[in-house]
Amino acid sequence: MSIFVGPETRLVVQGVTGREGTFHTRQMAEYGTQVVAGVTPGKGGTTHEGVPVFDTMAAAVAATGANVSVIFVPPPFAADAILEAVDAQVGLAVCITEGIPTMEMVRIMPVVRRSATRLIGPNCPGIISPGSAKIGIMPGRIHKPGRVGVISRSGTLTYEAVDQLTRRGIGQSTCIGIGGDPLIGTEFIDALQAFGEDPDTEAVVLIGEIGGNAEEEAAAWIKAHFKKPVVSFIAGQTAPPGRRMGHAGAVISGGKGAAADKMAALAAAGITVVNSPADIGEAVQAVLNSGN
Amino acid sequence: MKIHEYQAKEILRTYGVPTPSGEVARTPDEAREVAGRLGGPCMVKAQIHAGGRGKGGGVRKAEDPVMAAELATRMLGMTLVTPQTGPAGRVVRRLLLEETLDIARELYLAVTLDRSSERLTLIASAEGGVEIEKVAAETPEKILKESIDPAVGLSPFQARRLAFGLGLSGPAVKSAVKLMAALVRCAQESDASLVEINPLVVTTGGEVVALDAKMNFDDNALHRHPEIRELRDTDEEDPLEVEASRHGLNYIKLEGNVGCMVNGAGLAMATMDIIKLAGGQPANFLDVGGGASAEQVSNAFKILISDESVKAVLINIFGGILRCDLLAQGVANAVDTAGVEVPVIVRMEGTNVAEGRRILAESKFDFIVAEGMQDAATKAVAAAREQS
Repeated sequence: MSIFVGPETRLVVQGVTGREGTFHTRQMAEYGTQVVAGVTPGKGGTTHEGVPVFDTMAAAVAATGANVSVIFVPPPFAADAILEAVDAQVGLAVCITEGIPTMEMVRIMPVVRRSATRLIGPNCPGIISPGSAKIGIMPGRIHKPGRVGVISRSGTLTYEAVDQLTRRGIGQSTCIGIGGDPLIGTEFIDALQAFGEDPDTEAVVLIGEIGGNAEEEAAAWIKAHFKKPVVSFIAGQTAPPGRRMGHAGAVISGGKGAAADKMAALAAAGITVVNSPADIGEAVQAVLNSGN
Repeated sequence: MKIHEYQAKEILRTYGVPTPSGEVARTPDEAREVAGRLGGPCMVKAQIHAGGRGKGGGVRKAEDPVMAAELATRMLGMTLVTPQTGPAGRVVRRLLLEETLDIARELYLAVTLDRSSERLTLIASAEGGVEIEKVAAETPEKILKESIDPAVGLSPFQARRLAFGLGLSGPAVKSAVKLMAALVRCAQESDASLVEINPLVVTTGGEVVALDAKMNFDDNALHRHPEIRELRDTDEEDPLEVEASRHGLNYIKLEGNVGCMVNGAGLAMATMDIIKLAGGQPANFLDVGGGASAEQVSNAFKILISDESVKAVLINIFGGILRCDLLAQGVANAVDTAGVEVPVIVRMEGTNVAEGRRILAESKFDFIVAEGMQDAATKAVAAAREQS
């Protein structure tokens, strides 16, 4: 039915009493997500948005059996929040925070990689399995339960793609925003692997952008291991080299990371690559039809 | 954030990296004085945030203080065009005057992030003084790399391996090892996204010296380096970009005539792409972000239309956190106060879209409403064409 999150998800919100944390805790609960706990150091013992608040992640997990955390903690403290989620051994930590210094991520990634915790993000909209769990900031109502998986480095561009699918009656199994930073936890390949093993995902939309070579790596992996149809769009075909296009990771540097190279690699792997962001829904419809 | 060569060298010196003696000059008089203090011939180097300066006449040799002043007179205020500045070039406002060295070898050394290994990497090459991208493409075997464990830092054996790999011998090995360790420590402690020494020279006397230096910094970490943030030179940036950054907006000026205002970096890039596919050219990248206020939206709109090359504006918003009504209010306010003479095409979806559309419909300004990205791009490109 979905990957990484679903009806079994018991969510703890790190930074629950902050402005963002408060707003999105309510939104996530209204969508039907089981929000079981919140963490704000110093506010343990209180209740916020109907959710019990704890001083530490360890206490929150021990008391509520939370198995997924979402992080709405300001950038200077977000890396520490990720480490605390890892220490509390939640299966999944989703870090929404934008603006964590890269050197902080370099420092903590070895700990994350050694742990049993999957990290999504940082600098991402989160993950949603339509109809069962919304962990993040995406507008829930544009989604529809179904059989297409979506993986993207972007936020609003993902909403655009999802909206195109839903308007055509095409539902989604799970939509994951993996984040726009240079260093992120879950990569395209991790999500593809999970979608490959999910019997209820029929096809995948992969939305990439300039910078790095994650799309090229994904293309090679898809060619070797992935049997389901993939539709892809790469943002930044008109981006100038050497300029950071909003996302910390979206920069063409040293002649590497250009959209054209990524599109060529994906096309060479047999993936349907659309030039226009307006054509994503139609292309998914086409690959689904050709499969039936 | 980028800084000048002389600023990078000042930072590197605090880590014990040897650089040529030198000082910055902003006037011909200062250049004469500095050259006098240095004694003997000196190099006069234009300070702009772009490489390839030598090719554009931005690096000259002065034999004495009088010649240094003459060169400074010519170079200060000149527009320097290099392969990295683009055709518009950059105006030279500062010069770095440095002692000359007797150079035996030119090498390359840099610290940067390697995304795949999630670590900093120290890169070295015996082919210094040329573009490293060219070396990487043509002779990748000449690029040496050492991956830096964040918990341990650069180990001395790794630095030695690079030094010997570069063909260094004698006391130069020890100097290079020390310099490499300093470079890595500097990158780690200053949150640099790039520290590049090109060329790193070995003098005929066997000294290892950073002849040039380039440092870029992680914008997300500047809050913890106020002393580095002070080094920002807004003269090197587009005035509209400086204005945008003052309002916390992510704006990049481009060459086209369709101004765009979008929420989210990915959607903003995709909007630029679809404008191009529709036969037009985007005038800018602008991400108003998820948490923008009506005032910020209003400021963003004013920056967009103050770009004289903009012949039409395309607003593409997929409201998630950013509500369409708030955006519409900001745009309507800007149109009322600033006065707009170009067509404005609006495509809105998502949170509170009906209220947003109502606000725009009630404005005295005649907004062109679009359905979907394709329609929006087509209309914007057509409108820009009519205006030009």
